[in-house]
Amino acid sequence: MHGFEFYVDPSRCIGCQSCVNACGECGTHRGVSMIHLDYFDREWTTAATPMVCMHCDDPTCAQVCPADAIKKGEDGVVRSALKPRCIACSNCVLACPFGVPKMQVEMELMMKCDMCYDRTSVGLRPMCATVCPSQALMYVTPAEAARLRRDTPSNTFHFGNQTVETKVFMYLPQGEEALEVDVIHDMWRPEQ
Amino acid sequence: MSENKGGCPKEQRLWREEFSVSSSEQSYVERRQFGKFLVLTSGAMFAGQVWLMAKDWMSKTKTIVWPRKAVALVNDLTVGAAKVFQYPGPNDNCLLVRVSEAKYVAYSQKCTHLSCAVIYSAEKKVLECPCHNGYFSIEDGHVIQGPPPRPLPKVELELRGGQLIATGISVFGEGEEH
Repeated sequence: MHGFEFYVDPSRCIGCQSCVNACGECGTHRGVSMIHLDYFDREWTTAATPMVCMHCDDPTCAQVCPADAIKKGEDGVVRSALKPRCIACSNCVLACPFGVPKMQVEMELMMKCDMCYDRTSVGLRPMCATVCPSQALMYVTPAEAARLRRDTPSNTFHFGNQTVETKVFMYLPQGEEALEVDVIHDMWRPEQ
Repeated sequence: MSENKGGCPKEQRLWREEFSVSSSEQSYVERRQFGKFLVLTSGAMFAGQVWLMAKDWMSKTKTIVWPRKAVALVNDLTVGAAKVFQYPGPNDNCLLVRVSEAKYVAYSQKCTHLSCAVIYSAEKKVLECPCHNGYFSIEDGHVIQGPPPRPLPKVELELRGGQLIATGISVFGEGEEH
């Protein structure tokens, strides 16, 4: 849909799994959900975050694909792997900094979120955004997003030395312009 | 990753453009690329034609020395019978036909259409290719009817001491080649 953007607001996610199930009910990939719902540390927090494909400007998944199976359209949407080309090597699964692509081993095909291309191209909102009860996933115009939220969304992420700019926006903690992700630091647990 | 594209080594740039991540970039053909394609393909076709012409000219100027090979004895065949023999190489099947009491002819057995084996039809006195109903004259090998585009190569025979000897191959309409 022209002029509409996708916004993810992890702070509003209640972990209800609506998006996961709605995605799996889509007619084009029935039964296979392409959205990730991540729980951080269930022992300490109820926080959860939905992870859709961020549709990077320079998609790492497509750059590492040896079979040229992942393509970015003129609208900036990075499509799911092309069935005749995908060789199920899982390069994209390992390379994506957001961990979005999923390997469907029984189908020998990588499937990932393509922003409901069948729906958004005919003027419908993506499945997940239509069902999210807390508006953690929104598909609205930037003007509408600015009216609904005080925070400013960002689409710049730093993974170590790699800077990734995306089509999908994410609401970050106030005052942050870009998300710094240091995986090693976040995974580090001092010996107990 | 974004800065990698411009900074990638020169030899990588072409395939990065050819196999671009962006579907619109992938199908984009530059004017220079298209011109290069036209010049190179037409150049290759021209070179191929020149090569074929040179090959044809070389084969015309070269005199082929045909081997002599005893094919059969005169009394081996009854009138109207045919016999397969190999000439000039061990894989080149030819057909020897006794047309009348004193007349023997031999032709390559490979039909000039799709290389089926031709057979002799004694009642019609023609060489017949059963695959697509091609007919060749028994006199000189020219095509009487059917799909074959060229006459059947004729094996020259020589009768010496009751033995038939193959001495060369000629094609109807092309003059003597041996």
